Amino acid sequence: MSVPPLLQVKGLKKHFDVRKGFFGEKTTVKAVDGVSFDVMPQESFAVVGETGCGKTTLGKLVLALEKSTEGSVLFDGADISKMNGAELKKMRRQMQVIFQDPYSSLNPRMTVEDIITEPWVIHDMHKDPAERAKKLAKLLDDCGIAKSYLPRHPHEFSGGQRQRVGIARALALDPKLVVADEPVSALDVSIQAQILNLLKDLQKERKLAYLFISHDFSVVRHLCTRIAVMYLGRVVEMADSETLFNDPQHPYTEALLSAVPVPDPSIEKRRKRILLTGDVPSPLKPPSGCRFHPRCRYMKESCRVNDQSLIKAKSGHETACEVLPFKDKRSEAALVAL
Amino acid sequence: MSEPVLSVRGLRTHFITRERTVKAVDGVTYDLHPGKTLAVVGESGSGKSVHALSILRLLPEPPAKVVGGEILFQGRDLLKMGSEEMRAIRGNRIAMIFQEPMTSLNPVIKVGEQIAEAIVLHQGVTQEKAWAKAVDLLKKVGIPHPEERVNDYPHQFSGGMRQRAMIAIALSCEPDVLIADEPTTALDVTIQAQILELMKDLQREYHMAIILITHNIGVVAEMADDVVVMYAGRPVEHAPIGELFASPKHPYTKGLLGSVPSIYVRKERLEAIAGQPPDLSGGFVGCPFAPRCASVMERCKTDDPPQFHLAGERMSNCWLNEGESVERSHRHESAGAAK
Repeated sequence: MSVPPLLQVKGLKKHFDVRKGFFGEKTTVKAVDGVSFDVMPQESFAVVGETGCGKTTLGKLVLALEKSTEGSVLFDGADISKMNGAELKKMRRQMQVIFQDPYSSLNPRMTVEDIITEPWVIHDMHKDPAERAKKLAKLLDDCGIAKSYLPRHPHEFSGGQRQRVGIARALALDPKLVVADEPVSALDVSIQAQILNLLKDLQKERKLAYLFISHDFSVVRHLCTRIAVMYLGRVVEMADSETLFNDPQHPYTEALLSAVPVPDPSIEKRRKRILLTGDVPSPLKPPSGCRFHPRCRYMKESCRVNDQSLIKAKSGHETACEVLPFKDKRSEAALVAL
Repeated sequence: MSEPVLSVRGLRTHFITRERTVKAVDGVTYDLHPGKTLAVVGESGSGKSVHALSILRLLPEPPAKVVGGEILFQGRDLLKMGSEEMRAIRGNRIAMIFQEPMTSLNPVIKVGEQIAEAIVLHQGVTQEKAWAKAVDLLKKVGIPHPEERVNDYPHQFSGGMRQRAMIAIALSCEPDVLIADEPTTALDVTIQAQILELMKDLQREYHMAIILITHNIGVVAEMADDVVVMYAGRPVEHAPIGELFASPKHPYTKGLLGSVPSIYVRKERLEAIAGQPPDLSGGFVGCPFAPRCASVMERCKTDDPPQFHLAGERMSNCWLNEGESVERSHRHESAGAAK
């Protein structure tokens, strides 16, 4: 590909030291443990996983809100871990965030206008009143916010309207990349659909790239073109959206997809469900070998010891499983070491 | 069809304060049959949870007040019972599981004791027998090593295990009706799949009727036999599951189904419903959905639609279905509705 990636994450790790009780022994939680991926300009890339898989920590690392233990994050070719405060501030113009909870992420004492225009104050932009008014009007229009909202405070609005304000604030600086951490999971379905449509329209119009962090496969399928599935701090599978949904190559992805309820009873009656036994193991004590092996239905003896890294199952499709891709005869030939 | 185990007739629950009256539930009617699952679907503030709490009479009065309707459980009206009688039914014949398992279990009491409590209270057996039954129940809901786990405190359980423990408590007296209020909303999908599977197995075994309250259309498609769709405190559509998805009648149901993304079909755009749900304290002129409705007519803005009963045990609360209706009723009616 001739275009360089907008965001490059290379071997990223974040370990937290925790102590069990005051005098207890010190252990390490490997929240993110060796994650690599690229996000291209104008691409919507999703990181999907269950509670505790490290997806939110990953988002914070990308935004430089947490310092990584190892590895690097390159934004537009520059390593963000080596930046000083002034450089980070400049870089953050290009990289904005939308949070999950529209209730706690807006300052209750600021008006909607102050919230949306605060990024301009911070970055000393659009000081000319006429230009500022024009920019603001366009932004409000794009995000579906009525002008009458401007002098009002966040508590006067419902969740969906607040999320629109959060989106407008993120887009005020015309960023290239938006990190969206579960932006619709606190919303009702009919409102969720409005926000998803809005995110899709904004991406097209403003040529945004999304790093979309979610636990909801249906939402991700609707919005994203490429997906990484995380389990216990690792990416276990990464592929184009359509490929991943039609032909998952990791047993965890396979089980996750089969567990998602489908809003159609005729499909629901026909399909087979793979029930995973047990809970996600504690990240304090991840299993040896492949981290998924205690819950895996394809488990072989070697999985207990072999910690499989991502391998290429077919073009554009990587998996951290050495068993499932071979089950499927069609992809066997295509399996090459990465 | 068999006799319904629970019949709700024109149930109206309002919250009355000095400033205003919020009509949280304003006329809900349905029959629940043994061994069947009825899903009550709606968004935040549609009255689905308040209606469930009204059945068990768990709402604080005041400000809540059931202002109309009846709830017939095996032929007797729960709303007319004294508190002693009600206590004998609550947790015994009609049990409930809640959305957030961490806040509904007592953090300082062992899981086993919390299960045994209901058994001792309702069945009058000794503490030892109840404890043994608690171990059995934990085993039944799929907790590994139940003999040891029964001595754990709730914080030692994971989210999925806590919900299993909640289900064990609810099932301890083999209830006729289980009310599940968003039982899997706080759980991850793989754990959600386990819990739903467990509920289905236990329903078959005990021949329980389940009222499933949820906003998740996928969960409805998987679990329900019949569906009541609620909006602004009232049922807007009532239909068997297959028919509801195949041919939704009410514009709100259509909008709701259209706004759900699916992992099977990639839609270019979701058909979102414009606008916001209404404020329930005002009282409505005409249909409460009219301001958001895609097929709104002049009449909808002034005339509150009655419930139109259609062929195939269906009901729609929309003027569009007036032509196909075989009968009509008002949602506040308590006698002889639904059929």
